[in-house]
Amino acid sequence: MSTTNSNADNHAEEHHGAPSGIMRWLLTTNHKDIGSLYLLFSLLMFFIGGAMAMVIRAELFQPGLQIVEPDFFNQMTTVHGLIMVFGAVMPAFVGLANWMVPMMIGAPDMALPRMNNWSFWILPFAFLILLMSLFMEGGGPNFGWTFYAPLSTTYSNDSTALFVFSVHIMGISSIMGAINVIVTIFNLRAPGMTFMKMPLFVWTWLITAFLLIAVMPVLAGAVTMVLTDKYFATSFFDAAGGGDPVMFQHIFWFFGHPEVYIMILPAFGIISQIVPTFSRKKLFGYSSMVYATASIALLSFLVWAHHMFTTGMPLAGELFFMYCTMLISVPTGVKIFNWVATMWRGSLTFEVPMMFSIAFIVLFTIGGFSGLMLAITPADFQYHDTYFVVAHFHYVLVTGAIFSIMAGAYYWLPKWTGNMFDEKLAKTHFWLSLVSVNVLFFPMHFVGLAGMPRRIPDYALQFADFNAVISIGGFAFGLSQLLFVAVVYKCIKGGEKATAQVWEGAEGLEWEVPSPAPYHTFETPPTIK
Amino acid sequence: MATKQVSWLIPAAVLSGNTSAEEMRLNMTQGVTDISASVYNLHMIIFYICCVIGIVVFGIMFWSIIHHRKSKGAKPANFHESTKVEILWTAIPFVILIAMAFPATKTLIEMEDTTDADLTVQVTGSQWKWHYRYFEHDLDYYSLLATPQSEIHNKIAKSANYLLEVDRPLVIPTGQKVRFLITSDDVIHSWWVPEFAIKKDANPGFINEAWTRVNEPGIYRGQCAELCGKDHGFMPIVVIAKEPAEFNKWMAEQTEIAKNAKAEEQKLLSMNMSMEELMTLGEKVYNANCAACHQQNGQGIPGVFPGLKDSAIALGDVKEHINIVVNGKAGTAMQAFGKQLALKDLAAIVTYERNAWGNNTGDVVQAAAINEFLVDK
Amino acid sequence: MNNNEYEKYYVPAQSPWPIVGAVGLFCIAFGAGNYVNDIKNEVTGFGGYLLLAGMAIVIFMLVGWFRNVIDESMSGKYSKQLDRSFRQGMSWFIFSEVMFFGAFFGALLYARVFSVPWLGGASNNAMTHEVLWPAFEAIWPLTKTPSGVVTEAMGWNGLPLINTIILLISSITCHFAHVGLEQNKRKQLKWGLGLTVLLGCIFLFLQVEEYTHAYQEMGLMLSSGMYGNTFYLLTGFHGLHVTLGTIMLFIMFLRIVIKDHFTAENSFGFQAASWYWHFVDVVWVCLFIFVYII
Repeated sequence: MSTTNSNADNHAEEHHGAPSGIMRWLLTTNHKDIGSLYLLFSLLMFFIGGAMAMVIRAELFQPGLQIVEPDFFNQMTTVHGLIMVFGAVMPAFVGLANWMVPMMIGAPDMALPRMNNWSFWILPFAFLILLMSLFMEGGGPNFGWTFYAPLSTTYSNDSTALFVFSVHIMGISSIMGAINVIVTIFNLRAPGMTFMKMPLFVWTWLITAFLLIAVMPVLAGAVTMVLTDKYFATSFFDAAGGGDPVMFQHIFWFFGHPEVYIMILPAFGIISQIVPTFSRKKLFGYSSMVYATASIALLSFLVWAHHMFTTGMPLAGELFFMYCTMLISVPTGVKIFNWVATMWRGSLTFEVPMMFSIAFIVLFTIGGFSGLMLAITPADFQYHDTYFVVAHFHYVLVTGAIFSIMAGAYYWLPKWTGNMFDEKLAKTHFWLSLVSVNVLFFPMHFVGLAGMPRRIPDYALQFADFNAVISIGGFAFGLSQLLFVAVVYKCIKGGEKATAQVWEGAEGLEWEVPSPAPYHTFETPPTIK
Repeated sequence: MATKQVSWLIPAAVLSGNTSAEEMRLNMTQGVTDISASVYNLHMIIFYICCVIGIVVFGIMFWSIIHHRKSKGAKPANFHESTKVEILWTAIPFVILIAMAFPATKTLIEMEDTTDADLTVQVTGSQWKWHYRYFEHDLDYYSLLATPQSEIHNKIAKSANYLLEVDRPLVIPTGQKVRFLITSDDVIHSWWVPEFAIKKDANPGFINEAWTRVNEPGIYRGQCAELCGKDHGFMPIVVIAKEPAEFNKWMAEQTEIAKNAKAEEQKLLSMNMSMEELMTLGEKVYNANCAACHQQNGQGIPGVFPGLKDSAIALGDVKEHINIVVNGKAGTAMQAFGKQLALKDLAAIVTYERNAWGNNTGDVVQAAAINEFLVDK
Repeated sequence: MNNNEYEKYYVPAQSPWPIVGAVGLFCIAFGAGNYVNDIKNEVTGFGGYLLLAGMAIVIFMLVGWFRNVIDESMSGKYSKQLDRSFRQGMSWFIFSEVMFFGAFFGALLYARVFSVPWLGGASNNAMTHEVLWPAFEAIWPLTKTPSGVVTEAMGWNGLPLINTIILLISSITCHFAHVGLEQNKRKQLKWGLGLTVLLGCIFLFLQVEEYTHAYQEMGLMLSSGMYGNTFYLLTGFHGLHVTLGTIMLFIMFLRIVIKDHFTAENSFGFQAASWYWHFVDVVWVCLFIFVYII
């Protein structure tokens, strides 16, 4: 995504235009460069994690063990999860924040540009360590991305230490990235850009950043305890020493549940930018959107144990977490209703970002419905750890988070590159993704309800037909994503020149600067009416 | 990889026509207990609620998509907030949720009430099998996957209950309240029988309780539901519910058999088996119980499970070797096999490990030597 | 605000330090990952050396990076707004540290309120006690674990109390130095800061004494069950933070004494270090209450 702009040198002397060569990317302090790095890195990870999903689906295509051993299968599910969560979805959102937040609030750059570079460049190293651990003697992490103790402590292989330290680095990266976003939003808004005038993407990211700073250190604590339990004879998660394996789950999910919202709140922000643009109508209920986001974030600290209904918590705990979890559907519902109300009596057109957004609204809502079902504790005893759960979180993460990232990418690509993308190819990408993703994940509801546990490399015969269908959907979805690469590549190389506003109904500061956005924008802040 | 996949497509299509051993199910089971029926009802109620909300919301959305398009000349309206509507669509879901919370709470309280049980069974998970102990009777046994490796590795056709069959199922009486005390010897497992709507984690060092009262006799199948390592997918649960009279008859038979087996063991103590006998038996028992980790060739999996070929333990002190096999090794995945296997099997394993794969120590270990370590404990 | 009055926000040009730091962090993580396995498997490998190399690289990076920042700051490139960025950034960083300690305090509270009583048969765990741990008695400090490991509890009124007083005084001296800076009393600043660093060092020395005593005479070890685990992890991580805080304050001390840096208006580096110091003090007070006294 080249944004080199020869005019950039007109600015103050310490500012340079984009230098060239590899050093530009290694040493950069420019939020647009770093945003591009994040996005490209996340795309790469998306394909690596996706390749692992292909291995999983290939093994599950038929009953019986065909291509991988059970232990390697477990490594694939584990690393697939870790890569998709920490390597694909989160960096993609951080990349979008890097690119768009300063432009949306009229800031010259991120608040702490050098630290911004550091946040990014430690990430590839973290994943390098994680991927290298797969080639260790004894194999890589095989205890699921949730790494429940004591499977990840006493009973794990030697790769655990590398896993722990790579998670530490991912955490450091996320925390520094979040600090940067939060400080940028608090401190670098252009004059007149009051909080309640900020675009929703900025709002959702502000709240996300707060969640990140609050919970990533807790994850660091959890992996640290795993490390000491395995290597230094502590017994945090061992009853023999007075600990409790379930305590691991409490600490992990205290991080893990807010983490879920970390991966979906920015998605809400993106959709809230796109839907008004293509409805040519202001976002319905702006302030209720802000409050809904904030209440989802607050509630996210009170629901973690709904991942643990079967662990044998006391009844009072089960009831408390059931009620709080059900409550979360209220603010989430408000968001959905607001988007629908925004479209109502608008003047709709269906460009690719809008198509992905509409798909997001429908499919994320389906994921929300299964989430509401999962909240009902007695029913959860039947759903828990089955493919029903797998279907649920893939609906919210793939058709939720990833579709929103695709929507955002198509929405802002012309601003980044200065060129319109190949609409025909992009539409093909959309329709293929939409159909295949449902072939992939919808039948998982059925096999889950019928009783297929998750994380198994082989299954009973009554699940065979659906699993074959699911695998075919999986391969099709995986292959369809190559089209996205083709669209992005073509768009960087050239195409019809984009205007500053790009989309007819687009409003906001980012659409007032030329396309492609100059290397430095808003060095003197704009004034907001 | 891609080429391989294509080649499977054809046999898969042929195969899928005749593999459906059970009727293909799309929905949650109603189960065979009152609790499982109320769980099913909760599931259906919340499902229908979701469907209605979905139809309304998506209906409105698609109405706009069809009618409010620019290509149809739609002009955008100007409204962008309405406190009334917003309060309404916050309040309505809230009311629905409260209505939903009542039956859910009621069922949950019933499920967690394990008092006044007629029969108590301790269920212990370990990598990768289940162990059942009847509190009121002198009976306990392991329950292992019965599906042969050749079926799993596609060497022979898969049988009807592929991966859902065990050597010794759990047997419980119908009509009686059976309480399960669920725990684990190593990692977290989860004991799940869909027909009873029971899924409880087996946490090492803690006991979780669950209960059921089965209405109809029959065979009910479930699986471990918590990732517990390599063979997580291969530790099924089979429960047979029998009429109380039949259950008592079965129990009497089984306790008798168990008693005789114990007496047999005592006799063995004074008996000596030959090296050959021990090696033949040892190979069989080793492959069934030890090879999953230490591998058939005794080389283990480097970095995870230590090898036994040329190892310090298999070549060193016999007593230390027996001790590890019988009592396990704390802080590792090595289980205590003393309570899992018969004396003669244990003797055979140790003998086998000390003499197979070129570990030619020549040591012959007899049942009596093993018994010392059991008595020690 | 008129655009012309806007003080320019300084956006540094390219910097080599982040990538150097990334490489350093990689060496630390990869080295440490291999090193702990080497210890466990009792073999010698490259892990330890790589870890040391990584640390060296990170120290090199920190020196270089901070030198750049200090130079920029002293040459007046920074605006009020940038100063606010630094302050807010530091505040959020400290918040993240609070949450990190929160995880370990959470583990401590969980053990005391839930897991230990449960193992003793509380709540819905009557059978846990009856069947699995009949001999176990739920007490805190957990001087005898369910598996029978025996240890001794650390009293609060010896070294820990002295250490608490030392840290509290150091917080006061640190504040005293800060007041000195604001009122431009350089002598008070130097004395206050020097004293704080000294107290920090004394604290660390006494902490080492306490550990030695615990290991050699009390049999209270990292492996002594949940009591030992939470004791060492909480005090240990706190000790690491005190070390870091002391180093930060010492560097500020050198900058003040040798280079005469910082004024009442331009004092972010000093303030960040002093905030950090107050933060480790607060953590210690919580520690003293929850780990030692109650």
